[in-house]
Amino acid sequence: MSESRQLCTFHLGSMFFGIDVLNVQEVLRFQQMTKVPLAPVVIRGLINLRGQIVAAIDLRERLGLKPREDGVDPMNVIVRTEDGAISLLVDEIGDVLEIDTAGMDRPPETVRGSARDLIQGVYKLKDRLLLILDTEKTVNMSASAGK
Amino acid sequence: MNDSLQKQLINDLLIESFEGLDRYDAHLLALEQGQSGTDVWNDIFRAIHTIKGTSGCLGLGKIEKVAHAGENLLDLLRSGSLQPDQGMISTLLRLSDALREMLRTLEAQGVEGSTDFSPLLTALQDHITPGPVAQPEASTPVEPAGFGLFDDDTADTVALKSAAPEANESSGGFGFFDAPPSSYAAASGGTGSKPAANAPGTKPAATAAPSAEIHRSAASDSAIRVDVSQLDKLMNLVGELVLARNQIVQKTVGYNDTSLTTAAQRLNIITSELQEGVMKTRMQPIGNVWSKFPRIVRDVAHELGKEVRLEMSGKDTELDRTIIEAIKDPLIHIVRNSIDHGLEGPEGRRQAGKPAEGLLSLRAFHEGGQVNIEIADDGAGINIVRVKNKAVEKGLLSADQALRMSDREALNLIFLPGFSTAAQVTNLSGRGVGMDVVKTNIEKIGGSVDLSSETGVGTTMKIKIPLTLAIIPALVVTAGGERFAIPQVSLLELVRVEREQAEKTIEYIYGAPVYRLRGQLLPLAFLKKELKLSESTHSEDATNIVVLQADGRQFGLIVDEINDTEEIVVKPLGKHLKGITCFSGATIMGDGRVALILDVLGLAQHANLIPEVNEQKQTSGRKQEESRDDRQTLLVFNVGTNTRMAIPLSMVARLEEIARNKVEKSAGQEVVQYRGQLLSLVPVAQFIPEAAGEVDAQADQDTMHVIVYTEQGRSIGLVVGQISDIVEESLAVRRDSRRQGVLGSAVIQGRVTDLLDASGVIRSFDPSFFETSLPAASNPEPVLS
Repeated sequence: MSESRQLCTFHLGSMFFGIDVLNVQEVLRFQQMTKVPLAPVVIRGLINLRGQIVAAIDLRERLGLKPREDGVDPMNVIVRTEDGAISLLVDEIGDVLEIDTAGMDRPPETVRGSARDLIQGVYKLKDRLLLILDTEKTVNMSASAGK
Repeated sequence: MNDSLQKQLINDLLIESFEGLDRYDAHLLALEQGQSGTDVWNDIFRAIHTIKGTSGCLGLGKIEKVAHAGENLLDLLRSGSLQPDQGMISTLLRLSDALREMLRTLEAQGVEGSTDFSPLLTALQDHITPGPVAQPEASTPVEPAGFGLFDDDTADTVALKSAAPEANESSGGFGFFDAPPSSYAAASGGTGSKPAANAPGTKPAATAAPSAEIHRSAASDSAIRVDVSQLDKLMNLVGELVLARNQIVQKTVGYNDTSLTTAAQRLNIITSELQEGVMKTRMQPIGNVWSKFPRIVRDVAHELGKEVRLEMSGKDTELDRTIIEAIKDPLIHIVRNSIDHGLEGPEGRRQAGKPAEGLLSLRAFHEGGQVNIEIADDGAGINIVRVKNKAVEKGLLSADQALRMSDREALNLIFLPGFSTAAQVTNLSGRGVGMDVVKTNIEKIGGSVDLSSETGVGTTMKIKIPLTLAIIPALVVTAGGERFAIPQVSLLELVRVEREQAEKTIEYIYGAPVYRLRGQLLPLAFLKKELKLSESTHSEDATNIVVLQADGRQFGLIVDEINDTEEIVVKPLGKHLKGITCFSGATIMGDGRVALILDVLGLAQHANLIPEVNEQKQTSGRKQEESRDDRQTLLVFNVGTNTRMAIPLSMVARLEEIARNKVEKSAGQEVVQYRGQLLSLVPVAQFIPEAAGEVDAQADQDTMHVIVYTEQGRSIGLVVGQISDIVEESLAVRRDSRRQGVLGSAVIQGRVTDLLDASGVIRSFDPSFFETSLPAASNPEPVLS
């Protein structure tokens, strides 16, 4: 049983991720952020999205990757969730890819860490692997040990 | 009549009827108080008649029937043929309840409901029967012609109507009715016009139309009904406009262009006016809520056998409708409470030398951009000793705490969750809305509740609430390079201390900074420290203290810079950040960046400037052990040979050095005589697995170190190896429940230190320690061996 899905892809370090394009509201270049003291580290700050205040989640932090180098400005992938818009901070934005779910595998058991719960599946592109994230779980901090 | 039209008509009926019934109740209560006048009876009659007429048009037979029965009685009262008495008024109030019930069911389910109101109908009829006798022949012929829809109109009721007001020799001439025309002329006001316009051909409506014009007041001609969601939408748009305005005004500052500046200024002014105007459309007089109170007061007072006079002033004070909604239930609760618990019964009052009739006064007024509401009774006041006892009984605080507590603090105990007790629950209060809910609800909308009481004189509750929630004036400050908005509501004053003076004037008590403000000690908090902001390169040529008030207490917040006051639009924080109590929301500043709005109460609690009410619930020092990310003063000591441990200093009553030769034995336990009591000694090392079996490093010394821990008047001594230090640290505790005697561990002074679970250790040493009640402590057993 196969169906096709469109994914919005982005890079985090050397890794390649994708989220369902239907969840994505828009993609923005770097935005000024206001830090929120005492907030979990995952929340990098608040951005002003045309008058709407949106929290920005650092995906590197969320997925247990090492922090972004200084001087590299992240981009915002604004996703729609049940609780309004949330921004996901990524290194670089990729193309929208159409994949066939038949080519999707479950993440191998050897993948450990908090990120494992967030990865819906692995899609084998010709030259590299695309990790597909579960958007709801990614923005839902309480669901797993995100800190 | 098509569906949507029908719906529209029913909607109109509902709105009009509810308004009418509110007026109806108010008038009846006024009559009961002894005021009177034909006008009043006319208005009462009109309210019911309107409902009858409209519901008849819409085919709502049941409502019509009930209204009709009431109308018959009212007509007699109106004409003076009957004199009202207490019983009659009660029945008439029941009538409005019945109508309301049916209307509500109609609103919710689209039908009139199935409640049987025949007892009410009988009661209404019973009041009439002793009156004039029916004269069926007088008006029967009218029925078939005019009232096709009024199926329930029976001959005799119509007859009664006509029999009554011979006195009204009005110049009628509506031709249609043989019955006294004046009653219809006056009565159909407000009703008829809408159905008439919408449903021509319905005869009663058509006849009512001309009379409606007589009654329609100028007010209703110049007013229209607007959907509230429309207003909410407008308000949001204005909020956005205010933000855009702020941005533009800020941008123009840099340009040297007169015409641009002028245009920006105009925009500025117009926006402000628009904002004010839109805000006004959402304003409602507080009287809308209060109009229900006379009825509530009457019912509650009757039920309790008390006599209460209600005085209300400032009915016209206006508030944003969202706020009106929010304070409605808390106010009703407070009023009920005042009558139930505040005012004494007539007998008690006479004994106290007061008039038998209690006074409950409601007052509302604007002050300093806020609305103040005062609910005062002249009852017995709150018995502080009883409040304290009750709180101790309920386990909300320890006897010790109760003793130390000031009267003011004790009064506030009634706001604690769980204070409202089963013993207090009467039919009226204790319906699940405690005073704690009242307080939370009012605080949720940025308000505050203050309680004052004088024994024998009365209790006054003062509520302060903001005018509106959406746009608030705020002070913008900077700390650690970030901007924060502080709602002006909480702001008292700003104090600037020059650097040379700052070192002298900011004093420390056990590490807690304080400032003498006009002779009063003002506890201080550094915003930077509380929010764990990075040290900025801010040159400190002066210290800025923002004096704030939360929960009735003052404290000073030290910030790097005080920027400006600004109107800000409050936006909620997403759910990820809801847990941070220090912020109540965020706003967008003139430069388009986001700034956080400080929640003054939350911040004060975070900085331990104000005790968290909820935590007082947990008796004893356990709460201090639940160390979260807070700064704490800790006592660091050694157990065994080398185990480093700490406990919060707040749990320590005293530190003692006790000579080993003073130690005696009682029931297998080591005890010493200490301040006229026996002090059990707990060898802590034996309860810590790591240190168990080890000998305290100081075991060879003549004295041993004892931490005296006191709980509910009982003391126990914890024997430790050596006391090392007292430190103030911000703890990041890693919890560890598996280890016995240890709550968790934290880094203190750069070393990993275990936090002693003092309660746990004591409990395993002497399980009865926490259970034994107070008297046991005052009777030390005279044991010596």
